[in-house]
Amino acid sequence: MADKNRPDGTGETGRGRQPEATIRDDELERRRRELEASLASRRTDRLEGKDDAKAATGYGQALKLSSEFIAGVVVGVGLGWIIDRLAGTAPFGLIVGLLLGFGAGVLNVLRSSGQVAQFGQGGKPRDPKE
Amino acid sequence: MAAADKVDPIHQFQIHPIVPIHIGGYDLSFTNSALFMVVTIAVASAFLYMSTASRSLIPGRLQSVSEMAYEFVGNMLRDAAGKQGMQFFPLVFSLFMFVLVANLIGLFPYFFTITSHIIVTFTLAALVIGTVIVYGFAKHGLGFLKLFVPHGVPGYLMPLVVAIEVISFVSRPVSLSVRLFANMLAGHITLKVFSGFVVTLSAFGAVGIAGSVLPLAMAVALTALELLVAFLQAYVFAVLTCMYLNDALHPSH
Repeated sequence: MADKNRPDGTGETGRGRQPEATIRDDELERRRRELEASLASRRTDRLEGKDDAKAATGYGQALKLSSEFIAGVVVGVGLGWIIDRLAGTAPFGLIVGLLLGFGAGVLNVLRSSGQVAQFGQGGKPRDPKE
Repeated sequence: MAAADKVDPIHQFQIHPIVPIHIGGYDLSFTNSALFMVVTIAVASAFLYMSTASRSLIPGRLQSVSEMAYEFVGNMLRDAAGKQGMQFFPLVFSLFMFVLVANLIGLFPYFFTITSHIIVTFTLAALVIGTVIVYGFAKHGLGFLKLFVPHGVPGYLMPLVVAIEVISFVSRPVSLSVRLFANMLAGHITLKVFSGFVVTLSAFGAVGIAGSVLPLAMAVALTALELLVAFLQAYVFAVLTCMYLNDALHPSH
């Protein structure tokens, strides 16, 4: 888990909250991971939030989200078209590429509005809690 | 020519060669875009060099501005990509300063805005994503591909999900460049249109001149907004660069 590599206030906060010496090491470790996971999710929230707060105008938000969506569709269609050219599968690459690109565009929009976990983080915050 | 300038808000984005150079059938002319890139780099370097030249322990005004820029980018990178991310500091700082200074220079009347051309912003974004891919594969080998495999997805959905994730990844430089370019282009066109209203209205005698106060006020307000956008877009570009570099450093988050 890459969160170990993040030097920030996490360690301090964790230690400050648990003064009792009776807690076992793995318990501490579990709690620390939990805290780091929640901090990591909050940190991305804050990053996005700062972005949003400064671009408080709906205009900035609109440009941001539409560029994400359009980029997804354009890249999907582009990749489909390239596959068509290389493999000679006339219209099918374009069709499949368009549909996948549409999906990727929606995913991009959801990601940039903070509704879906960031890249490669899917489902990870749930792990340490069990 | 002068009349065409007033009505045509796109005219300001035209590229024309200053020193024509043709090598082997390629047009490598030194254009106004290239000129302003050189100006941007010269201004940014000169500012950083001169403001840090005194190297006093208690910074003066200029020195604290460049120290603020350093701290700003440094904190941004450390927040997004951790301590390991600091090895990319020169890249992120250069990108931030280049975009920021280019945006600010573009605000001067009659100056050319290089970031209003998608090929320029796309080149910057391609540099970022190229760094991410090259560094990711060099550091993690094929483990970098884990970036495209989210956890907890059932096996039969995997091909679909991976395809969508790959497209989503490839679309990042596109959206990064489109955002910067679209913001600058739209802002400058809006400014030009409102300034054009002032000129057109004032041709209609006294009433027109009185009425042209409104678009003039709008143009002033828009200039302030553009100043904000110039900073904001440089910031957004740098933040997103940091986030993408974070993926290269920690693919299996």
